[in-house]
Amino acid sequence: MSAASVPRPRGVDFDVARIRRDFPILDQQINGKPLVFLDSAASSQRPLSVIEAIDHYYEHDHANVHRGVYTLSQRATDAYEGARETIRGFINARSTREIIYVRGTTEAINLVAQSYARPRLKPGDEILISALEHHANIVPWQLVCEQTGAQLKVIPISQTGEVDFAAFERLIGPRTRLLALAHVSNALGTIVPVERFIARAKEHKVPVLLDGAQAVPHSVVDVQALDCDFYCFSGHKMLGPTGIGVLYGRESLLEAMPPWQGGGDMILTVTFEKTTYNQLPWKFEAGTPAIADAIGLGAAIRYLQGIGMERIAAYEHELLEYATARLACIPGLRIIGTSPHKAAVVSFTMAGIHPHDIGTILDTEGVAVRTGHHCAMPVMDFFEVPATARASLSFYNTFEEIDRLVAALEHARKLLG
Amino acid sequence: MDLKDLYRDVIVDHNRHPRNFGKLDPADAHADGVNPLCGDKLTIYVNLDDGRISDAKFEGSGCAISVASASLLTEAIKGKSRAQVQELFDEVHAVLTQHDANVDVARLGKLAALGGVREFPARVKCASLCWHTLNAALDRATAPVTTE
Repeated sequence: MSAASVPRPRGVDFDVARIRRDFPILDQQINGKPLVFLDSAASSQRPLSVIEAIDHYYEHDHANVHRGVYTLSQRATDAYEGARETIRGFINARSTREIIYVRGTTEAINLVAQSYARPRLKPGDEILISALEHHANIVPWQLVCEQTGAQLKVIPISQTGEVDFAAFERLIGPRTRLLALAHVSNALGTIVPVERFIARAKEHKVPVLLDGAQAVPHSVVDVQALDCDFYCFSGHKMLGPTGIGVLYGRESLLEAMPPWQGGGDMILTVTFEKTTYNQLPWKFEAGTPAIADAIGLGAAIRYLQGIGMERIAAYEHELLEYATARLACIPGLRIIGTSPHKAAVVSFTMAGIHPHDIGTILDTEGVAVRTGHHCAMPVMDFFEVPATARASLSFYNTFEEIDRLVAALEHARKLLG
Repeated sequence: MDLKDLYRDVIVDHNRHPRNFGKLDPADAHADGVNPLCGDKLTIYVNLDDGRISDAKFEGSGCAISVASASLLTEAIKGKSRAQVQELFDEVHAVLTQHDANVDVARLGKLAALGGVREFPARVKCASLCWHTLNAALDRATAPVTTE
């Protein structure tokens, strides 16, 4: 199929022009060309409503939370805890006691590794992850394995970038203490059918942690329907601020876990002999939290809910299909990650052109893509590539922007290919 | 920023047809270099004769800038003493990083083609990796070099 014959979808009842007006950063020139931002998997952009929520908080409501009886402190506390309720509703947790604010997905996984896994693991125990994982879902487990003598086991992936379920069934067993899986792969876009994995893990009474950093911004996530035990995600990948993220944990597990960090706000009483810890969720939130960022994350969720996650997922799927079809027409271009179930991520290499050069050439055309190993070096090793270029799409992207990407890649091919 | 300035003909040529590509075996010294951000990896081999570099080769994979830079390096350093190599590195480094570098372009020869890199700060490490690796080889270092 020639590139020109790929029909451009009409966009399912989706007013992207109107949406783009909510994102001031998108309206600018880079190197003399209109910006085409295709790196939302690394970090998304923010709508005005999020920026304004943070501004409003600092201009009118800031004081420390959970501290004072005065009006400002009460307002700050209400906004901060209100955002927690917004998050609870968004992922359908049973209670706000199960919503722990953290800095991001990385911190959420480290918290579970150190507070849940570390006290329980013994030499010979096993943690199970997949070969798709981001470094954030590898290294915390390696650390805890070093600390406890437990072993890290890795479920292999296929040439299409899917986690091998049959291999998983062979690997899970009486020594498995935790299964930690990406819900959506950041490097390849694979949507992992986590429901199957969770169901089988439950049969073995193995708790499951999901790295949802790439899933929450693009689809409906219901932690009760998933029946997972921990779910981790980051604010900055879902239109929210940097430095804020969420650990969802099943309440019974969180209750049994010791605090992770000590300090103010996580205690009820302190004497030099004995400290009693605060209730959930504050037991895990030592020190003054990222108040404005939590409020910003709440605003981001309200923005997403205003559009609707189903509509976002449907439009992004059209973007993915169009981008995949167009890129596949470029001679020498190889798409890495070809699972039939993917989020809107296209990772690729080009014959004779290193991804780093692709990144530079695209930037001069105003097109921003990620190039490198995407914090998933084992995935790169598996596909025997040093790096890939990755275009990751969001609902504020357009079909015209994909055309701009394709034109810029053709330019790269003429220059270096 | 002009791409033509970054990917000058000399750079494109040395990327497509790297000179002195391969292994020197035996080599008097060699070292590995990695740029963990972009995955560039290369090994530089040198043979020495009476304190001068009698032969140099490299192997590895990387972007056009890093491959071309390594290729140009192996051509430029043959016959040079350690002190002359250091002098050359200082001049290349100046060309890569300083807008007002007072460098005698004639003395740099083909290496002057790297001058476009300074307009692309993210790419300076690609061009300098081979030079750091060469220094490590000459220091007989065995630990991998990194640009981080």
